[in-house]
Formats: sequence, structure tokens, C-alpha cells
Amino acid sequence: MGKGWCLFFLFWPVAAVVSCAAAPFIGWSFPYDNAQAASNLGIRIDHLFYLILAITAAVFIGTQAVLVYALWRSANNRDERAQHTHGNHKLELIWSIIPGAILLFLALYQMNLWADFRFKNHYPEAAVKDPLAEVTARQFEWRFRYPAIGKQLQPKPQPDDLYTVNELHVPFGKPVLIQLRSDDVQHSFFLPALRIKQDALPGLQIPVWFEANKPGVYDLVCAELCGWGHYKMKAHVIVEPEEEYQAYLKNLTQQQSYDGLGQIAANENGSESEAAEK
Amino acid sequence: MSVLNPSPTGLQPITTHQSHEGPGNFITKYIFSTDHKIIAIQFLFTTLLMMIVGGALALAVRWQLAFPWESMPIVGPWLFAAEGGQISPEFYTMLFTMHATVMIFLVIIPILAGTFGNYLIPLMIGADDMAFPKLNMLSYWFMWPAIACFGMSFKYAGGPAAGWTSYPVLADLAQAAPGSGTAQTFWLLGVTFVGFSSMMGSINYMTTIINMRAPGMTFFRLPMTIWGLFITAILQAFALPVLTAGGFMQVADRLFGTCFFYPSGLVINNAAATVGGGQPLLWQHLFWFYSHPAVYIMLLPIMGMVSDMLSCMCRKPLFGYKPMVFSMSAIASLGFIVWGHHMFTSGMNPAVGMAFMVSTMMIALPSAIKTFNWTATIWGGKLEFNTVTLNCIAFLSMFIVGGLSGIFMAAVPVDVYFHDTYFIVAHFHYILFGATLFGVFAGIQFWFPKMFGRMMNEKLGKTHFVLTFIGANGTFFPMHFLGMQGMPRRYADPYLHGYLEHLLPMNQFMTLSAILMGAAQILLFINIFYSMFFGPKAGRNPWNATTLEWAAPSPPPHGNFDFVPMVYHGPNEYAVVNGDKDFLMQTEQECQPPRNITTSDTSV
Ligand code: HEM
Ligand SMILES: [Cu+2]
Ligand SMILES: [Cu+2]
Repeated sequence: MGKGWCLFFLFWPVAAVVSCAAAPFIGWSFPYDNAQAASNLGIRIDHLFYLILAITAAVFIGTQAVLVYALWRSANNRDERAQHTHGNHKLELIWSIIPGAILLFLALYQMNLWADFRFKNHYPEAAVKDPLAEVTARQFEWRFRYPAIGKQLQPKPQPDDLYTVNELHVPFGKPVLIQLRSDDVQHSFFLPALRIKQDALPGLQIPVWFEANKPGVYDLVCAELCGWGHYKMKAHVIVEPEEEYQAYLKNLTQQQSYDGLGQIAANENGSESEAAEK
Repeated sequence: MSVLNPSPTGLQPITTHQSHEGPGNFITKYIFSTDHKIIAIQFLFTTLLMMIVGGALALAVRWQLAFPWESMPIVGPWLFAAEGGQISPEFYTMLFTMHATVMIFLVIIPILAGTFGNYLIPLMIGADDMAFPKLNMLSYWFMWPAIACFGMSFKYAGGPAAGWTSYPVLADLAQAAPGSGTAQTFWLLGVTFVGFSSMMGSINYMTTIINMRAPGMTFFRLPMTIWGLFITAILQAFALPVLTAGGFMQVADRLFGTCFFYPSGLVINNAAATVGGGQPLLWQHLFWFYSHPAVYIMLLPIMGMVSDMLSCMCRKPLFGYKPMVFSMSAIASLGFIVWGHHMFTSGMNPAVGMAFMVSTMMIALPSAIKTFNWTATIWGGKLEFNTVTLNCIAFLSMFIVGGLSGIFMAAVPVDVYFHDTYFIVAHFHYILFGATLFGVFAGIQFWFPKMFGRMMNEKLGKTHFVLTFIGANGTFFPMHFLGMQGMPRRYADPYLHGYLEHLLPMNQFMTLSAILMGAAQILLFINIFYSMFFGPKAGRNPWNATTLEWAAPSPPPHGNFDFVPMVYHGPNEYAVVNGDKDFLMQTEQECQPPRNITTSDTSV
């Protein structure tokens, strides 16, 4: 009688383990190519994830197996009475200390990674000195402001700044930093391929750095509920080699300095384009 | 051997225990009753009703995710005639907001504190009623203004649009979204009313447990159920005022322009907000200072109840009573310093994030200890697989999953990826549905004979359990995979984004499982109403359990006990040699424990 129930409770953890084991092969794990993060930091995050997965998988299989075995024993107990015990100090010490040690290890192990990710004094210096762009989230789009070619991003918008909507170009292979802000409500800058997520808070400017290591077109989505159109804050991050990125900026400069009359002003650098604007 | 039997023979009849007047007419007996048992039953039926509402909302959410922008069968054309039967994105936002609100504030919290807390506290500690019966009645009746406010917010003003977390600025400025107007104000009022209701309850429970324990009922002889409810009441009392204060501040922002929660210089819907000077992060701190402890408010009572039920069903004392009590207290006190783990991506200082990470890792430990102790309680027991047992095991099995997925999110760098994706949704459904609701089902089946004097039907109960268990895992387990693939939560249409396009079939599978699970609940309702009237009559102690409530008649009369309960030892004395029985009630004086007794517990 109890046997059927033991099998019932055995079936579901087995199904869980099997589906998790199959997940990477049927595209149920991290998104994009081979589930590989497109940033070095992302790869470190994935490693931490797999480490925790290994530990939790062992604990899951262990606890569920012991649970089902305990059920089995208990169901088939032919004794007149159950065992009379109020506990066992030694056992309880063991199962407090071991998980405690594992948890402590995990806590310490990830500190470096977190520091590299978010501590301002760990940010790559070059990226901090010359931020790539300012990203402004608003209902329901992403706006990007680059400094003019050869200039640095200023906190306040400059006349020769370059603007785009829902398309961010990023050079690959070097750390970049963006200044994240919001015009209206809270949003969240989520780049699944790079394992980057940071809320955009109205009233604050938050620096976020990342380094893409694979060229490609990646989705940028909003991860914090920002109103009825939350699901359609759809943008792309285009990671490309440095030359293509520079060419893109140049092209953008030309488009935006186009005065609508005759031929597009072909300017070599930012200062001339400023002149053309006047 | 002198055994103090629960039967009144040889005991003084009680005359002094009638602290308040007995039942009068129908109204004072069943509607405005001050009897904790009637109030508990009122809470039970109200929360079960709300469970239907919350479940229907969940199914509507799931419908949209499986068949985006398609008219819902039957109700679709009737509800959204204007949109041609479609669920609009505004309506979708309202759906998940209200689903979460109803499930948390009107189902889980009141069914635990209101139903089980009310019913069991006086009976299990041997009191004749709560310390403040009228306050108790009021705490039930404050549910109704809350329900009315929530109802107003989703029917008459477009529906609140900011999720159950009510993050500003979206929730704080009326022009931020179609649902941020009056609906949000009503929503906040509703939360305040349920807050008052819980507050009155928690004061009452604390006072009752501290002051009204029967003679001999020391703290370390309290059943685990009472420990769970007691610690929960303390958590409520400390955490709730913070949320209430925050709620008032948000209402003030909305109605009087105080700007606690929004900064200057916002441009919303192309209109500049004229004032400012606040900070949205402040709300998150206030909110999670309550709502993190709240997840334990939704779990600790069940942990207690399951401890007692498992021990009874296994015919074994609880493994490690004191460690169980201490781990519960540890969870509760650590619960106050981990709220920041909801805010790792929020923009708060990352160094603070590290501190929250360590405290969150710490809190996993007492949870792990409890899991091992429950498993050890089953080990070597003599288990009967009835509905109560099955639901308890489901609790345990699913709590393990929810606990383990918590470790991923405690690891800050990993949480950055999982935050606000379906991985989180999977995690808290394993805890709230998987653990808490299965515990509730077990509790209903277990204490039903005490409440109504009749047994529930086992066949119906088991069928309900099997279908719910399959449905729950089918619905919630794949959510982990959705989260892995980066699907954010609260998306009316995730398939718009290239990297999520292929997730439709998985979502459809989950919706079918959810429908199965929803349909299974019909069996629960049939079982409850059928058994209330036609179930086999139950005696005082149908489960051969040991705690005090089983010494009272089923159902207990007004004033509870027909004798003065005296307590002689701890709560879970099973597997003892006691005449021809294997258990010793807390009211029974003597036992001969078997020679091979191994004990670390001094309360025997
Ligand atoms: C029939 C069972 C249930 C189903 C099918 C279900 C389904 C869902 C779905 C699909 C969401 C996601 C909404 C989104 O973020 O896009 C959700 C959110 C949520 N559910 Fe459930 N749920 C069920 C039961 C419960 C229960 C029993 C609770 C108990 C407290 C609960 C609490 C929540 C909470 C807190 C949220 C978060 C809502 C938010 O995003 O703010 N659910 N549920
Ligand atoms: Cu959004
Ligand atoms: Cu939490």
C-alpha cells in the first residue's frame, strides 16, 4: 500500500533531475549560442552558477532519496511501535556544521566576483574615465546618448551629442561603462546574454560596466515593472569590432548633422560637425 | 497508575471557565461571535472563497501566457467586450497584481493566523478563549473593508498597475500609468486594513500564549504549532508597523503631494512633475523590511503544524524538539536582516549587498536543519499514508526545492541574472504553493474532525492531493527553465523578444497543468461541504494524537474544555508503552518509556 506512494514521491524528483540534466542539450538553459555568456564576467557568473548547481543537485538528490527511503522504511515497519527517540545531538551537530560550512564557503567564494562586478573602485579605469554612453530608460523605450567623436560624455547633454533610440552599439573586447538613468519610473537594464542587470532609478545616475567578448546582436529588455508597456521595451545591443563601431559613430554624426539641404556634410571630426550645425 | 483521562470522569466540572457569555441568538452565535472557534471558521470560509478568486486570476494570467491576445473562453467576450475579447496589457498588469495581492493578503496570511491561529491557540494551550475575544472578532471584520477596497481597486478604477510590491514611482504618481490612479489608492487602503486585521490578531495571540497557558504548560511543552504561530505573531508585531507607516507615506504622496518616494525632475507621459525631493529606494527598504519577514509569516505556522502532524502520523516524537524551536527563532530573528536580498540590483550600495548576501546564506542553515529533522522524524516511524501524511510529505518535498533555489538567489552575482525573471516566480511558488498550501491542505484534513465533529473523506482527499501535486509541479517546475532562458516576469507578451520566441510551447504546457490544478480544487470544496454534513462522526481523538485540543469534545463547546486541563509533559509523546496505547496525551500523568530511550530532550 505504502509502496505505491513511495514510488509516487520518487517519481517527481527523478523527473526533475532528468529534465535538468537534459536542459542544456535541448536549449532550456542560458540563452544564445551554446548558453555561453558573451562577457568575461558573465562567464565567471556562469561558473558560480554551475558550482551552486552541483552542490544543490547533490543535496537535492540526497535529501529526496533519504526522504523516500525513510518513507519506505516507515511504511513497511512491522514493529508494534515506532522507534522512541527525541533526537540525537551528534547527528544534529553534523547536519548543522556541514551545511553551515558549505554556505559560508559559498558566501566567501563569491565576494570577489561581486566586488569586480559592482564596486566602483574595482571598475576598469579606462572605462570609468571615458564612459561610452548615457542610457535613459523611459516608458517604453531606451534612449542612448553618445558623446561626439573625440569628446567625453558630459553629465549634461551637449549640442553635439549623438542620440539613438532602442539600438546601442558597443565595441567588443574592451570594457565599457554606461551611465544608467530613468526619466520617469523605475526600469531595469537587462542584457541576458551578458548576464548584466541593473535597475534604472529615477533621480539617480548609476554607472554600469561590461565587456562583451563575442560580436553579435543581443536583446536588451526591461526587467522591472514599469507600466502597461513593460513587455515591449525592446531594444538591441550590437556588439561589433572597434572599426565598425567607429564607422557607425561617424555615420551617426553625419545623419544627425544633416541640415536637410543638399549633400550630407562630410566631416572628419566632431568639432567640424559642430561648426556645420551652426 | 493514575491516568488523568480526557474524559470528565473524576474531574471537577468547570464553572469558573465561562469568561464570557455563552451563545445567544443566531446572529451573536454565528455572525458577530466572539468565540475563537467560530471566528476561525469564518476566516476559513472567507479565505477559501478568496482562494477561488485568486486562483481564477492566476488562470487568467496563465491563459494570456499560453494564448497571448486570444479571447478567454466564456469570460473573455463578457469581460473585455470593448477590446474584442482580448486581454489588454493594462488588464494583464492588474491580473497578476491582484492575483498576488489576493493570494498573499487574503488567502495565505489570514488562513494561517486567522484560521489555524485562532482555532488552535486556545485549544492547544488549554485556554477557554483568546485573551481579547472582542478584538478577535474585530480582526475578522476588518477583512471585509480590505476586501471591499481591493474589489473597488480592480473593478471601479481600472485596476492597480504596479504589482503587489507597489514600487514607486509607478505606484506613487497617478499619471505614471492607467492603473496608477484611484485604483492604487484603494489598493493601499486595502493593504492597510488587512494590516490592522493582522496586527489585532498578533497582539491577541501573543497575549494569549504568554498569559493563558494551562497549568503545567511551560514554554518548552508547547506544541510546535504554537511555537510557529507565536513566533509569527512576534514577527508581525515588529514588521507590520513599518509597512503601515510606508503605506501611509505613499498615500500621502498620492493625495497630498508629500513626495517621500519620488525625486525632482521627472518627466512622465511627456508632462513634467512639478515637485520632488524624495527617493524611490526608501520605499523598497520599508516594503521589504515587512515583506521579507512576511514570507516567514506565511511559512513558520505551517512548519509548526507539519511538525505536529508528521510526528502524529509517524507515531514518533518529533526529532529534536528544542533544535526545532531554536531554528525557528533563528529564522525569525535573521529574517529581519535579510530584506536587502530583494534589492541586489536596485542600485543600493553594493557593499550593503554583500552583508545581505551573508545574512541570507545564514538563514538557509536553520531551514536546512528543520528539513533534516523532519526527515529524521519519519525515519523509523510507523507511517500511515493518509491524506494528512501525503500533504505533509508534499510540503517537505517541495520545501526542499524552494529552499535550494533560494541559494542561487542568495549568491548575489547569480541573482543579478535571475532577479525579476521566472526563476524567482518558481522559487516563491515552491515555497508559497508547494510548501504552505500543501501544509494548509494537511491542516484542514487533520483538524477538520475537531472543527466540525466529522471526518473528511479519504478517497476524495487523496484524489485531490494527487491531482494538485502533479499540477503544481507541472506548473511551477518549468518556471525554473523559463528563468534560465532569461524570461522576465510580468510580461504580457514575452514572445515579442527574439530570444524568448520559442518559449510558447513550454508556457502552454504550464497553463494546462495549472488548469488541472485549479480543477482539482473543486474536489477540496466538495470534500469540505460534503463531510461537514455527511462525514462519519469523529470522537474526541480520532488520530490518537497527544496535544490538548484532542482532549476536548469534537467540536468543543463554548469555553472549550469540560475539565481543567493539566499538562504533565512535552507535546509529542508517541511510541511509548502506555497500557495498550502507543501515545501519551499531555494530560496523562504517567508513562513507562521503553528502556532503549535515547533522548536529548529534558522535557520528558
Ligand atoms: C493555481 C495556482 C497558481 C498559479 C497558476 C499561479 C500563477 C502565477 C503566475 C503566472 C504569476 C506570474 C505573474 C508574472 O509575474 O508575470 C504569479 C505570480 C505570483 N503569485 Fe501565483 N500562482 C498560483 C498560486 C499562488 C499562490 C497560492 C500564491 C500564494 C501566496 C501565489 C503568489 C504569487 C505572487 C506573490 C506572485 C508575484 C506577482 C508579481 O509578479 O507581483 N501564487 N502566479
Ligand atoms: Cu519595464
Ligand atoms: Cu525574501
